[in-house]
Amino acid sequence: MTPLLFIEQVLNGLQFGVMLFLMAAGLTLVFGVMGLINLAHGSLYMVGAFAAAAVAGWSGSFLLALVAALAASAAAGAIVELTVIRRLYDRDHLDQVLATFALILIFSEGTRWLFGSFPLFLDIPDWLSGPVTLPGGIEYPLYRLAIIAVGLSIAAGLFWLIARTRLGIRIRAGESDREMIAALGVDISRLYTIVFALGAALAGLAGAMVGALQSVQVGMGEPVLILAFVVIVIGGIGSIKGALIGALLVGLTDTLGGLLLPEALKLFMETSDATATGSALASMLIYILMAVVLIWRPRGLFGGAT
Amino acid sequence: MNRERMVNAALLTLLLGVPLWAWATDEPFTITLATRVAILALAGVGLNIALGLGGLVSLGHAAFFGIGGYAMGILASHAQSYTPLMESPFLLEGTKSMPVIWLVALLASALAALVIGALSLRTSGVYFIMITLAFGQMLYFFSISWPAYGGEDGLSIYMRNGFPGLNTLDPIQFFAICFACLAAALWFNARLVRSPFGLALNAARQSPERVETVGLGTFRLRFVAFVISGAITGLAGALFADLNRFVSPNMFSWQMSGEIMVFVILGGVGRLYGPVAGAALFITLEHVLGGISPFWHVWLGFLLLLVVLFARGGIVGLLAGRRVAHD
Repeated sequence: MTPLLFIEQVLNGLQFGVMLFLMAAGLTLVFGVMGLINLAHGSLYMVGAFAAAAVAGWSGSFLLALVAALAASAAAGAIVELTVIRRLYDRDHLDQVLATFALILIFSEGTRWLFGSFPLFLDIPDWLSGPVTLPGGIEYPLYRLAIIAVGLSIAAGLFWLIARTRLGIRIRAGESDREMIAALGVDISRLYTIVFALGAALAGLAGAMVGALQSVQVGMGEPVLILAFVVIVIGGIGSIKGALIGALLVGLTDTLGGLLLPEALKLFMETSDATATGSALASMLIYILMAVVLIWRPRGLFGGAT
Repeated sequence: MNRERMVNAALLTLLLGVPLWAWATDEPFTITLATRVAILALAGVGLNIALGLGGLVSLGHAAFFGIGGYAMGILASHAQSYTPLMESPFLLEGTKSMPVIWLVALLASALAALVIGALSLRTSGVYFIMITLAFGQMLYFFSISWPAYGGEDGLSIYMRNGFPGLNTLDPIQFFAICFACLAAALWFNARLVRSPFGLALNAARQSPERVETVGLGTFRLRFVAFVISGAITGLAGALFADLNRFVSPNMFSWQMSGEIMVFVILGGVGRLYGPVAGAALFITLEHVLGGISPFWHVWLGFLLLLVVLFARGGIVGLLAGRRVAHD
């Protein structure tokens, strides 16, 4: 294994982590503010990817496709919040899990109905394709670098939004005491719709950006959703900072584990055995990481003591 | 006889009557559907002990279902290829005998529940939901990437395993075996609910502080419930694998966990016969709606949404009239 390959994998892990952050940020916000566990978040990711692929196919413009992904997923999020989610805030987690599981069924099969079972493809635009040469002579795809940049700037934007703006103040206030801020005259149900739509838009953006790397198909959201759950559990539910650190941790562990574990096992096993065992263990690594974090800190790294 | 008992008796009669009628009119496919209902209901009975009685929302019960399935798959595949499971330190052969396979499935899934429960029960609420989900996914990915037993393709078993004195290839006889297992589990569940342990567990769900105050450990109560729950779901997994004569990582998938939970909720959480009603409705819908439209999951989704939002207490709750099972 060369250092070049290692750095490339670190960048891949970073890109994966940043994408997970976009998913996890919405989940953790919705949980922190509304106390809702939303399994259908992966469906909003899928909606974003499909909207992007459809608009890109029709207009040929990647930027327009991203805008469409943001708009479609935010709209889907708002509609779902207004019709279903809003009835679930006072319910226990079991009801929330089931109702959002039902939403997954509706979204997935509905999308299959509309678009068919075949995957769609979203092309990387010319101005973002091809490799760039990084300092040190590493060739790395420009598009993946762009994802890292977009993700990190959105993370910065979110921190600014939460810490510095009026909406952010309200979101934080809603997290700590919803009755009080309702009594102070803030329209709490509108705030909830906005937060939910914001989370949905971030998921949709992640879906659209990843859609250009993989194929756009029904069921693409759920694997990512589960990883995003792992992220927010590691980071501590409700914490944006935790989501960012958790996402990078999971992204790097997953990518580097697949690379390093078989190598490490080769030191004391036969090569073929090491590869098999290594890849089997690597696929479980992030879940092991999560179990370890939860045993060490049952509320996650940055979870409050609520 | 109160209304819930009448509903329960009707459900049991229906589950027994439909395949018998199908047997008389020679429709093996209907018998297979009824067998599926019995097996999935058994998985639901397992989950219901953790979920309904213990209040533990486990989204990872596919782990136990899959372990049961693979226990059957691994033992039977070694028996069909005449290779021993291991030779050192002692010889261990595969087997095609159902009772042995069940025992192994029960023990293996109980052992897994022991480990998963010990770790997961340190957390509560959403963290518990997610950590159980994560353990399920862990085993799912392990089963995909472990090549020894078929990996992603799964394992095919050519002949259904045997049961002493019965011809398991005959659909009605295999149904009888599965129905007997379900009935035994329901009987056990009913006894459990009324036992001191069941009462304490129920109390721990409703008011953990009080239970701690009278000197009972809630952790231990929940832990035991979780292990029993996992073992029963594991047995269902072994039967399910035998029904299909096939095991694959799909048995570990989180959709499976979701579906087992759906049986319990559709039927009614904490109701003894809830999983039976839920599994029966699910399979009927799958069969009827699946024939009308390939996108029947949309309608299942809407139905589930309606049940969660408006008909809490599920089918049994709707028919038996009392909104909450036993609070």
